[in-house]
Amino acid sequence: MAEYKFHILVCGGTGCLSSNSHEIADGLKDAIKAAGMEEEVKVLQTGCFGFCEKGPIVKVLPDNTFYTQVKPEDVNEIVSEHIVKGRKVNRLLYVDPENEKHISDAKHMDFYKKQMRIALRNCGFIDPENIDEYIGRDGYQALAKCLTEMTPEQVIEEVKKSGLRGRGGAGFPTGLKWQFAHGYQADQKYVVCNADEGDPGAFMDRSILEGDPNSIIEAMAICGYAIGASQGRVYIRAEYPLAIQRLEIAIAQAREYGLLGDNILGTDFSFDIQLCFGAGAFVCGEETALIHSMEGQRGEPTIKPPFPAENGFWNKPTNVNNVETFANIPVIFLKGADWFSSIGTEKSKGTKVFALAGKINNVGLIEVPMGTTLREVIYDIGGGIKNGKKFKAVQTGGPSGGCLTEKDLDTPIDFDNLVAKGSMMGSGGMIVMDEDDCMPSVARFYMEFIEEESCGKCTPCRIGTKRLSELLKDITGGKGTMEHIAELKRVSQVIRDTALCGLGQTAPNPVLSTLAHFEDEYIAHVKDHTCPAGKCTALLKFKINPEACKGCTLCARKCPVGAISGEVRKPHTIDQAKCIKCGACMDNCKFGAITKN
Amino acid sequence: MSNMINLTIDGIETQVPAGSTILQAAEQVGVHIPTLCYLDLHEIGIENKPASCRVCVVEVVGRRNLAPACATPVAEGMVVRTNTPKVIDSRKMVVELMLSDHPKDCLTCPKSGQCELQTLAESLGVRKIRVTGDSMSTYALDESSPSIIRDRDKCIMCRRCETMCNQVQTVGALTAVDRGFGAVVSTAFDLPINETVCTMCGQCIQVCPVGALTEKSNLDEVIEALGDPDKTVIVNTAPAVRAALGEEFGIEPGYSVTGEMAAALRRVGFDYVFDTDFAADLTIMEEAQELVDRLNKFLKGEPVAMPMITSCCPAWINFLETQFPDMQELPSSAKSPMEMFGAMAKSYFAQKKGIDPEDLVVVSVMPCTAKKFEAKRDEMNSNGTSRNDIDISITTRELAQLIKQMNIDLLELEEEDFDDPLGESTGAGVIFGKTGGVMEAALRTGYEWITGQELGDVEFEDVRSTEYGMKVAHVQIGDVTLNVAVASGLGNARAIMEEIKAGNPNQLHFIEIMACPGGCVNGGGQPYHFGDLSIIQDRQAALLEEDENKTIRKSHENPSIKKIYEEFLGKPGSHVAHEYLHTPAHVYREKI
Repeated sequence: MAEYKFHILVCGGTGCLSSNSHEIADGLKDAIKAAGMEEEVKVLQTGCFGFCEKGPIVKVLPDNTFYTQVKPEDVNEIVSEHIVKGRKVNRLLYVDPENEKHISDAKHMDFYKKQMRIALRNCGFIDPENIDEYIGRDGYQALAKCLTEMTPEQVIEEVKKSGLRGRGGAGFPTGLKWQFAHGYQADQKYVVCNADEGDPGAFMDRSILEGDPNSIIEAMAICGYAIGASQGRVYIRAEYPLAIQRLEIAIAQAREYGLLGDNILGTDFSFDIQLCFGAGAFVCGEETALIHSMEGQRGEPTIKPPFPAENGFWNKPTNVNNVETFANIPVIFLKGADWFSSIGTEKSKGTKVFALAGKINNVGLIEVPMGTTLREVIYDIGGGIKNGKKFKAVQTGGPSGGCLTEKDLDTPIDFDNLVAKGSMMGSGGMIVMDEDDCMPSVARFYMEFIEEESCGKCTPCRIGTKRLSELLKDITGGKGTMEHIAELKRVSQVIRDTALCGLGQTAPNPVLSTLAHFEDEYIAHVKDHTCPAGKCTALLKFKINPEACKGCTLCARKCPVGAISGEVRKPHTIDQAKCIKCGACMDNCKFGAITKN
Repeated sequence: MSNMINLTIDGIETQVPAGSTILQAAEQVGVHIPTLCYLDLHEIGIENKPASCRVCVVEVVGRRNLAPACATPVAEGMVVRTNTPKVIDSRKMVVELMLSDHPKDCLTCPKSGQCELQTLAESLGVRKIRVTGDSMSTYALDESSPSIIRDRDKCIMCRRCETMCNQVQTVGALTAVDRGFGAVVSTAFDLPINETVCTMCGQCIQVCPVGALTEKSNLDEVIEALGDPDKTVIVNTAPAVRAALGEEFGIEPGYSVTGEMAAALRRVGFDYVFDTDFAADLTIMEEAQELVDRLNKFLKGEPVAMPMITSCCPAWINFLETQFPDMQELPSSAKSPMEMFGAMAKSYFAQKKGIDPEDLVVVSVMPCTAKKFEAKRDEMNSNGTSRNDIDISITTRELAQLIKQMNIDLLELEEEDFDDPLGESTGAGVIFGKTGGVMEAALRTGYEWITGQELGDVEFEDVRSTEYGMKVAHVQIGDVTLNVAVASGLGNARAIMEEIKAGNPNQLHFIEIMACPGGCVNGGGQPYHFGDLSIIQDRQAALLEEDENKTIRKSHENPSIKKIYEEFLGKPGSHVAHEYLHTPAHVYREKI
């Protein structure tokens, strides 16, 4: 890197790419060329910086200038001002919402201050399509260390000692999983990377694969060495074309460098990786379903035992880990298990990546030490609730997770605490809701997702989730009764107790956890026929306040169904039977005379 | 013993071998845990154990959720409770959920009275479906096949049919499709079943616990024909039918009701009651002749398709045509007994009685669903009449239904004989209904024809010992060692065909293939066995007993057979015989 005076890093994550970051990168290159500085400035596209809310991000090194919301038309200014004249483009710098000051370096931003990046360590720093840059940041040194200085047993011991737990959802100790696969004898074993990220709004794994694919390759090779596998597979959803492309480039480069293939680094260890494409079924994130899908079978789970460690891909011992889990592995060997286990809580070590979404100011991808509280994540990193609204709940753990409320905000985030509070870590989706969100509607949204994504194999999940969804549809549609709520509870309990796989067993969580915290809201829907958040149109009533109504007739003219009547200059009224609750009257009333509840 | 596991089930302490499931352990102590999707075909080494219905859930102390007993292995010190309020309520709710997406037409469902879901709901005391919901599955009824009706609205995704179709039969016509509430067992691309590789063997029907897979009934046509004063309606009944019909009337499996059945058929109103066993003897005459001819050519080094394979099973022929289309020269050209019967009925018999074959309605009672299809094949019309040689083919189950409809108490009837001239048969004809039977019958005749000597012991034990698998035997016939194989179940048929493809390492000359495991006694049209294959062995034993009790046990010694050759056919393999009793060379034929 020393040969260049400047490096300009342009975010090449999917979010920024869709906001034309590719054009920005090309524009910068053209501008640099026009300025005759090709020898002095290098422009490259990196993986996701995480601060998606403010994307596209452009970062200039060595001064760490962090430009936000850059547009293609800004590139000439960045080059002519910053690169040529050394003057930062102030208007593109991040503005601290507290004091409205411009912040130039990301490390001074609240969004990044409390973060600790292990899994995302290289995302936004290196060119993911150039293996040299990964190697330049100590890449493949962990593999070298394992292969030349450690036995497979020592490798497993180190992972066990680190306390690393699976980041895919259930939090099973990774070292133990490796040990199981190590313990079975077979002519062939497999290492599988689960990149079937399917939670709505989650993009942790995608960002790692797009931003730092070599870390996964290195970790899989280490795992192969530990368990005695010479074959690796990455099961990745076909909807991640960029991740696939970068992974393919990285695999090709690793083969070229002898870091994959026969006799890696001159040792007896051989390992190679192939990609398997998934069609995007949520349930294929469950490891047995994933394996069946890889074998060309219908993607549906089978009962465990046997566990994949004994009988997995092609009936051979197979170790399946999630992308983020693997991303932690090389660091554990570079910095030591002791270092890793010094981070986090007693039973959850290290960090966790979360995809922050919903009604929060700083939407994006963050990584924090285990034990960080929800409050810190939402308010300090996330910048609080959008538009100054009131926080209502945060949904963690994806569709089969649960909702946590104000009283849970000081809970240190770790696997066990979230479960104790009725939610779960899941793969790290975190969706924030404010006072305008209706909880039965939230539950309905998730149930509809689960109902569609159920593989349909076992009765409780196939039919039960459909029935839950229908009950919720009735409740939010104004047709609910108290009996609906009782049924929700009863069916949820049976699904939880009897479903075949993890997806099914956790499928009722959105219902159970919203019921646990917001049962009054459900009751309001069925007893009072009102939606306290004002979301459920079927329960809405638009009313004209006769005191405030001037009789301008605008609302009556705007009403598409002729539900409003009244004489000029006299208060108007709404015929509730005709009203379709479109809200056109309220939007158009100049006197604030129309209210809804 | 170290490989024994101690556990407690409902307070009863027991010991079972490691690797057993909770369900197996419970059976051992007399605790009957209800199941639905589970199917244990241990006789053929195949289990359907998707653990998907969740009916067999039990509580295991220390486990956070309920465990499916069918698929959960026992563990040392495990404490299992199979009847706690939580278990019972969950089980009930699971069944209620199933019922919430199941048509409520039980009264008119073809499975009524024999539906496992119905039985389960009854035994669990389900009197109300607490969660009904708005949606029900709505699929079009698939009546495309002449043999099988698929009512996907009734499918409960137990996957038993899939196991039969894919693992046992290796046909691959049925598979789960779609997901979530829309998940259902169907065909690839949801094609009508008749446009798939389905062989119509009906093994799926045998195990379907509900009315999702049933045979296409042709009973109405039979009743209509019987009521037509202008028609002479005759019937023939296949060997395996007599060995199972009684089960539909409540008697133990393993008892033939041949005489009662003949009596019942007369009371039903058939003008003549004949026996397919007679035609089975005829089949042996033609097939043994073909074997002798092909073998002679083969031994002389002349070009001839070898090995010869039996052709009497229509599902096997369907399998061959769809899975091994380039090997269609191997089966014998002889028609099946049913088709030979039809051909003789509308020629020889009609002429003898002076009946216009157009006025003759030939009904066959078969243990088989594929026979319905065979009867409709284009080439199965040897008399140039407007209808095929067999007009209507019904199953054993349909015959039982017919007898019940006609207020006849089968078991109270005096035994009667079949009519002449198409009713007399030998023991060789009888054993056609079980695996290995056609082979044995052919050997009884072939031996005498090849050696010119009388066969002392007619029982070919080596060929017989097969039950559900595949068996290779070497039979000494004079100075020729005949290498033969017997296979039942299409999975075994596939294995043999692959072997032949790979160069026929066993140097096989003659192979018998039956599509259904165990032979026709386990046909898709037989009384439902719901996975209890011990019933099949009982039916096989009944046929062997009937063979033993016959005075004539070789097809070529059947007096009526001798007569039909004298009066009508000439010699086995003659031009006339070929015209009526053989199909043209096998070419790939489109399904109807």
